[in-house]
Amino acid sequence: MNFTLKIWRQENAKAKGRFETYKVENISSDCSFLEMLDILNESLISNKIAHPVCFDNDCREGICGMCGLYINGRPHGNDDGVTTCQLHMRKFKDGETIWIEPWRAKAFPVIRDLVVDRTAYDKIIQAGGYVSVSTGGVPDANSILVSKDKADKAMDAAECIGCGACVAACKNASAMLFVSAKVSHLALLPQGKVEAANRVQKMVEKMDELGFGNCTNTYACEAECPKLIKRSNIARLNREWICARVGKEK
Amino acid sequence: MNTLDSKIPEGPLAQKWTNYKANQKLVNPANKRKLDVIVVGTGLAGASAAASLGAMGFNVDIFCISDSPRRAHSIAAQGGINAAKNYQNDGDSVGRLFYDTIKGGDYRAREANVYRLAEVSNDIIDQCVAQGVPFAREYGGLLDNRSFGGAQVSRTFYARGQTGQQLLLGAYGALSHQIARGTVKLHERHEMLDLVVVDGKARGIIARDLTTGEIKRYAAHAVVLATGGYGNIYFLSTNAMNSNGSAEWCCHKKGAYFANPCFVQIHPTCIPVHGDYQSKLTLMSESLRNDGRIWVPKKKEDVEALRKGTLKPTEIKEEDRDYYLERRYPAFGNLVPRDVASRAAKERCDAGYGVNNTGLAVFLDFSTAIQRLGRDVIEARYGNLFQMYEKITAVNPYETPMMIYPAIHYTMGGIWVDYELQTTIPGLFAAGEANFSDHGANRLGASALMQGLADGYFVLPYTLQNYLADEIYSGKVSANSPEFDQAEENVRQRIDRLMSIKGTKTVDHFHKKLGLIMWDYVGMGRNAEGLQKGLTLIKELEEEFWKDVQITGTADSMNPELEKAIRLADYFELAKLMAKDAYHRNESCGGHFREEYQTEDGETLRNDNDYMYVAAWEYQGHNQDETLHKEPLVYQDIEIKQRNYK
Repeated sequence: MNFTLKIWRQENAKAKGRFETYKVENISSDCSFLEMLDILNESLISNKIAHPVCFDNDCREGICGMCGLYINGRPHGNDDGVTTCQLHMRKFKDGETIWIEPWRAKAFPVIRDLVVDRTAYDKIIQAGGYVSVSTGGVPDANSILVSKDKADKAMDAAECIGCGACVAACKNASAMLFVSAKVSHLALLPQGKVEAANRVQKMVEKMDELGFGNCTNTYACEAECPKLIKRSNIARLNREWICARVGKEK
Repeated sequence: MNTLDSKIPEGPLAQKWTNYKANQKLVNPANKRKLDVIVVGTGLAGASAAASLGAMGFNVDIFCISDSPRRAHSIAAQGGINAAKNYQNDGDSVGRLFYDTIKGGDYRAREANVYRLAEVSNDIIDQCVAQGVPFAREYGGLLDNRSFGGAQVSRTFYARGQTGQQLLLGAYGALSHQIARGTVKLHERHEMLDLVVVDGKARGIIARDLTTGEIKRYAAHAVVLATGGYGNIYFLSTNAMNSNGSAEWCCHKKGAYFANPCFVQIHPTCIPVHGDYQSKLTLMSESLRNDGRIWVPKKKEDVEALRKGTLKPTEIKEEDRDYYLERRYPAFGNLVPRDVASRAAKERCDAGYGVNNTGLAVFLDFSTAIQRLGRDVIEARYGNLFQMYEKITAVNPYETPMMIYPAIHYTMGGIWVDYELQTTIPGLFAAGEANFSDHGANRLGASALMQGLADGYFVLPYTLQNYLADEIYSGKVSANSPEFDQAEENVRQRIDRLMSIKGTKTVDHFHKKLGLIMWDYVGMGRNAEGLQKGLTLIKELEEEFWKDVQITGTADSMNPELEKAIRLADYFELAKLMAKDAYHRNESCGGHFREEYQTEDGETLRNDNDYMYVAAWEYQGHNQDETLHKEPLVYQDIEIKQRNYK
């Protein structure tokens, strides 16, 4: 397969970016999207065309959340329930022109080319996205009973990989799906209930402070989430937040 | 010649860890604040160590090569984590887990460390549940378990097919808690490039800021290395792209002995290689072997027809299928340990029964389980794995058997550590996959997560404190010393040298070539002649690399090509040591299969008289022969036998 690539190039956070056009040829349909970019980079170096395109990636099996490209106007490209590294070229048409951009969000500034800074996500988690236990001195695992239904729901939310696709997809660059996934995971479990009210308020406050937008219920986040995290988590986040606020004022 | 002191505490095996803890030195809370610790790596071992040490009150700096600690490759572990809880009432115990691990490792692991690992395994599950890790539950609300290879009990705790992810997110949460408290400082997108040793003690690191290219110094009273394994030396492996062996290697060059480098795990169930553009191999969890049956056709004509595409696997009759693991190992069947299953797959493929057009694949078939349990149950157990398989191969594994083949997965070898997880450099500790101690010559499934968290949550907080207790008098460690100057200068020179080669071939060109040499000569089957040849080829390729590699861009900006080149330069040296270690070990054990040493049935043939020791290698300089130090393995509580899974 042959493709024309329009790729966002930007030297660093302060430089002005632009689209550059490259061609790749004889790509196997079994090739993953990132392997296609590897092939491009090898040819950029070998033919002394340009510095290779920088893009974040690590596990290449859809779980680390490191990769994330805006491909033809969709986060992680034109396949549902996959990350960029799991997208394969068989999903594209031979001869197609493919537009490749970094995540675009105020809270995720570009570092270089397609690499963005997502440390804002870590800061939201640091604001309270955990159960405050130190190591040791905890009860026996089976002394905490969790119904299968609750455990499954918590796991559904906990599957979030923190890639940032929800923010990239959202016209407001809202992080509500990400935050709600963590809030839901912990609020559904007895271990997380103790701090639930404090947690939701701190995380939402930090999210706002870091420049993420508001949720206006377009659900683009849910549509583009590679792990199919459900928007019902946002409803749970809102409920948790309101209850926490009401509880606080009592 | 230094003698290796593994510092195993006195007393009966079951009392050693208790005795150690009762006699170790402590640091009072006011002094803990004055003691600095560097942790390199944010996987299960690093994150859990940093979180625990931070919670205790030490001052921790943690370093991560990715943009967030949550990316570390522990996250990709699928199947589960072992513990001796015996919640299933099926005869499990600390002693049983200990025994299975020693036997699984083919009697090449250190007895006292493994016993401690089994002992603290239960605490890990308690800790993770308290953190809110959403383990699978039964309807009554209690924790569920499943089985893994090398065990006859169900002791594996799991969170769907994403156990590593959930455990890492638990540790990441605990780490984030400490970062918020100010006890831990996070340095993301930083890579360790050298260890600084002052007056014989580890006192800090030199790191490169991967965003700006800046070379920085960090000083501390102790350094913990938790940087994982070196499986990526083979280029194609199940490891993440950024996982590498350079932090281990720079410590080795500074005096940390490297133990059993040739002990590499080859995982039997990975998606087969399909093209030379491929960047990595994807694992299909061992948990699949609970319900999946592995087979190849009995008849060569069926093999030919499969390869031509004129016959579908589902059309091959039951009596024409060779379920070779069930045939050869009736007692453990499809759940034999990984090294055994991998070799059995290779044996069938070498005999010409490989089922795809490369001849390097076998079937993993769920049709029996789907008939027995229904598709829904299989989907609930392995849904995400089946989805992953289908996305990669465009084949639906509910209808057609999966095709799998062994791939490099884990390195049992690593930095030599004593019972305290301290290396041969005082003040340098190694945890998780980066050390060598617990898995011998083969690791059992669901034991990597257990070991990483055991080291970080429950071992280092004690042993590191014991070391730091003597450091309260040394005051703040300064990064302005001749040793730091020298280490920084060495790093700069190395980078300058690489950047100035300006050759014609890319880093990956060399790495792929090295990977093939390693796979062919230091891979699943090894022999003396091949190892010698491999060693020569590695040396030639290394010379060519230093003359002809091309690295574009500059050293003072984000530059993935430079990062890869630095790592590959270290891999060449490590590759030579692996070949040398494999050549010197004239026996087969676990994942180290020397073709000259096998039983009539093709099983590993150990030589306990001559090789029942840990081979710890001491660096002597580039292209100088490393010096071998032997730590004899003494088993007091276990009868040593030929491994038998029949």
